[in-house]
Formats: sequence, C-alpha cells, structure tokens
Amino acid sequence: MAITPHQVTEPAARASWTKFDVERVRKDFPALDQTVHGKPLVYLDNAATSQKPLAVIEAEENFYRRDCSNIHRGVHELSERATRAYETARVKAQRFLNARDSREIVFVRGTTEAINLVAMSFGRKNIQAGDEILITAMEHHSNIVPWQILCEEKGAKLRVAPINDRGEVIFDEFEKLLGPKTRLAAVVHVSNVLGTINPVREMIEAAHRKNIPVLLDGAQAAPHLKVDVRALDCDFYAFSGHKLYGPTGIGVLYGKAELLDAMPPYQGGGDMISSVTFEKTVYNSLPYKFEAGTSNIAGGIGLGAAIDYLNRIGMENISAYEDELLAYATEAVSRIPGLKIIGTAERKAGVISFVMEGIHPHDVGTVLDQEGIAVRTGHHCAQPLMDRFGIPATTRASFAFYNTKGEVDALVAGIYKVKELLG
Amino acid sequence: MSDLRGLYQEVILDHSKRPRNFRVLEGANHRAEGYNPLCGDRVTIYVKLENDRIIDVAFQGSGCAISTSSASLLTESVKGKTLAEADAMFERFHALVTGEANGNQTSGVPLGKLEVFSGVAEFPLRVKCATLAWHTLRSALKDEGKTVTTE
Repeated sequence: MAITPHQVTEPAARASWTKFDVERVRKDFPALDQTVHGKPLVYLDNAATSQKPLAVIEAEENFYRRDCSNIHRGVHELSERATRAYETARVKAQRFLNARDSREIVFVRGTTEAINLVAMSFGRKNIQAGDEILITAMEHHSNIVPWQILCEEKGAKLRVAPINDRGEVIFDEFEKLLGPKTRLAAVVHVSNVLGTINPVREMIEAAHRKNIPVLLDGAQAAPHLKVDVRALDCDFYAFSGHKLYGPTGIGVLYGKAELLDAMPPYQGGGDMISSVTFEKTVYNSLPYKFEAGTSNIAGGIGLGAAIDYLNRIGMENISAYEDELLAYATEAVSRIPGLKIIGTAERKAGVISFVMEGIHPHDVGTVLDQEGIAVRTGHHCAQPLMDRFGIPATTRASFAFYNTKGEVDALVAGIYKVKELLG
Repeated sequence: MSDLRGLYQEVILDHSKRPRNFRVLEGANHRAEGYNPLCGDRVTIYVKLENDRIIDVAFQGSGCAISTSSASLLTESVKGKTLAEADAMFERFHALVTGEANGNQTSGVPLGKLEVFSGVAEFPLRVKCATLAWHTLRSALKDEGKTVTTE
C-alpha cells in the first residue's frame, strides 16, 4: 500500500532541527503573519487554541483532495489509504504518549469528550451510591461537570482537594481525601488558568497505594511537556488536538488496555460492533468499541501531522524554549505596578493570568486587542477557581513555542497603554 | 487609540470609577439580577415603581467599565420616567450601541448622557456589556424573577 508523502517524516527535515530557531518556526504558521487593527498580530491565546502549522493544514487538505473516503470498511484504494493514514495517526499518538499499545488510543472530539467517556463508561460501571470521586480546586469545568452529572445519577460524592494561595495542590490534603470510598481521582496535569504543573507522578503514586485509578486532564500539558503515560503510570490521559497545533474536533483518550477492555461502550452505532443481530450485538475490540460512527478522519490525520511536526522540533526543545519565555514574561509583567499575577506555583507552564487594580479584565482585553494582542479574559471555564481567589475574572496571556520575547515586550507595552487609558 | 477613546469616553470612565446610585434600594418593589457569563459581570437592579412611574432606581454588582458605567447612567436616565418612556429609551439605546439605523419609531427619544455609548457600536463584543443593565431593568419591571443572562 502506498504511503502518502505527508505521512513520512523525512530524515533530512529531522536532522535540520537540532537547534531551536523561533523565527524559522514562525514561518510554518501562516496565521501568525497578519496585522490586526493595523498592528502585527501578537497571539497569546494559545491555551484556548493554538495556531496550525502548514504541515497540519496540508495534511487535512491532502486527505480531502486525494484520499477522502470512509475508513475500516471499503475494499477500494481510497478507503485503504484513508484507513492507513488514520491508523498511522493513532500509532503516532501512541508513541507521542509512550503508550504500550495503539489499542489504548481512543480518538474522541477532544479532552471534554474523553473525560465524559470515562465518566459515562468507567464511572457508570464502577461508581455506586456513597462512593467518592476526587478532583482538585483548579479543574476546568470539563473535569468537574461530567463528574457532577455522574455523582447526581449515582448518589456519589464529588470531593475537592484544596490549593494554596500560589495555586498549588496541597498534597497532604489531596492524600487525605484519597479514602476507602474513592473510586477515581481526576486531576488536571497543567492548569489552564494558573499554569501550575501538578506533581502528578506523586499524586498517582499516592492514589495507587490505595488502589485508586487516576485520570489526568492533559489538555494544557500535552502542548508543553513531554508526556509519558507509562512513566507516570496514569490510568487515563486526555488531550485535545487543537491545543496541540492540530485540528479542532479531534482528541485522544488514552486508557490502560485492561481498564478499557472492562468498560462498556460509550456510544452505540457503526464501527463499534463486530456483529449485530436483533437479538444480540457483539462489540468490537479496542479501541473501536469506543469509536461509534464515522470518525473525524481528516482531524485524526491532521493530528498525526501535528505530532510529526512537534517531533521534528522535539518536545524537549519546545519545553526548554517555553520555560525561558515564561520566565522572561513573568519577570517583565510582574514589574508592572498595580498588576498581580494569579498563579505563582514553583512549577509552571505556558500561562500568565493576572488582575489589575481598578481595571476589569474585559477592558484590558479590549485595549490589548486594539494593539493587535490576542489574550483571553474571563473565568476561563474555571469558575470555582475564580471563587477560590475571590476574583470574577482574569486576563490570561498563554504562550506557544512560536511566541517571542519581542511579543512579550509588546504585551507589556500594551498593559501600560491599558493603565494610561483606564488607570 | 482613537477608537478606544471613542469607547472609553470620560463620562464612561467617570461613572465606572464612581458609579451613581450604587446601593441597595430601600423600599424597592421590583428587583432583578443580570449576569453576563462571558466575562462574569453581575448586576442587580432595584426599582421603586409607583403608578407606572419609576420613582427611584439603584444598582449593585461588579463588572467592566462599560457595564458598570452603563448601569450607573441607566439609573440617572430612567429615574422619574414612566414605564413606556423607559422602554422607549432602551429601544433607542439598543439601536445606538448596536449601530442599527432602525431607531425610527423611537428616534425622537432624547438619550442625553447615554449618547456617550455610541462608541460601543465599533466593538460588537462589548454590546452585551452595555446592555446588561438594561435587560435586567426590563426583567425587574416585568417581575420575571429569574436571572437575566446576555447569552
């Protein structure tokens, strides 16, 4: 079977990425090259979604131009190509996470669907009245609400591990809350608001000592850190393609094979069955048992291209560069009078959230937008976390490896303009 | 910056920093809460209505400069007005901030200080901030009793 050229990681391209060059990287992202309100775009809303490199855009386009067909069923050439490309993407995701087996990679719409899948399948099967699910105070709504729905259905209880004023989980409290009734701990790997990198390995060890499985919400971690699900020994890991420089509408749920095997299907339909009669249906094997209906084929292939692209740069290089950029930005932003950074954990990735004395984040966002600077303002889908800090909202600048120190300087200059206008 | 000066006019900045009628209104007989989930803005409007006329009005809450100043200027504008007059004023105000030219039926309604919100029309994402208090007032007067959201 022919492998389409865009699936091949060319050794020449790989060899050329020995040193990280941000200006060169920026050329791979067409959307970065534009002006907004007459100013060069400074895109600092990467935690909401990232821009896409040409490699991803072209992979999707190539699929629709040449290989478009349905997967897993057709006997014709196009279907074989599409199936091959989609399943190759699954293997890329498996290697990206260092999962043992590609059967452990379930394609979903995104992190939200991944968590809902675990709640509705694993949760419905394993959680009974009186049981507990443990989360932390810094979860995104997508790692709160599915558990609330489950708890309401089952009469189970949602417990919340508190955080300190820096935005770090209080480990002792977390450990104490892992009780005899706890059936699952669901924890964010990197906070989308605070940037906190949670000590997930230690948290997983603590949970496993009590035989409690752990789900990690990796939406903000996967784009910034090298993730190794076997080293972490997490039981489930969820991330979204679109925050990882891939397309929207595609994401990954990793689950340990023995857990996934024991779980009932999440949705019924085509592709998730091996045989159907009106009397009895036999479900398909992993991972197809969880992939009812025609998948987001182009999205999966695009995500595979994004992973290839990140591998060419190297996640270690990305992390190192982003750490440097975040340190530079933190230093520069914290020097601005009347500005307070929310989230000052020792280990952080990718995010600076802040509030300004007497100026509402929404107004900050509008003024920065006029300077061509895209930031997010609001509660960032983490209202309980806002309540924890006693604030209605923050302004959040979130970084990617294509951002530059010059853009950080533009952000700082923009914040001074905010103060001049509204302070 | 010219667009921004148009949005954040002096009157708006003044009312956002020193909101007028910012209190719980004793003896209010109508009340409603408004919420903008996009930015977390919250406003509570209190009205004292007598025989179809707004005798007094006040508000509380937290929000951005546009929503706070809009609530503040609302209280100044509708005090003493009849229900019909307040409603016509909202229609006219809505047309102003959305930049719609269809204010024909109400174009005769004088907006007074509320004209400072004309710059909002250039910022479609901020229309909800400017109208939150007005939607909440309408709800209060109708006694709908549920939180108004801008979504």
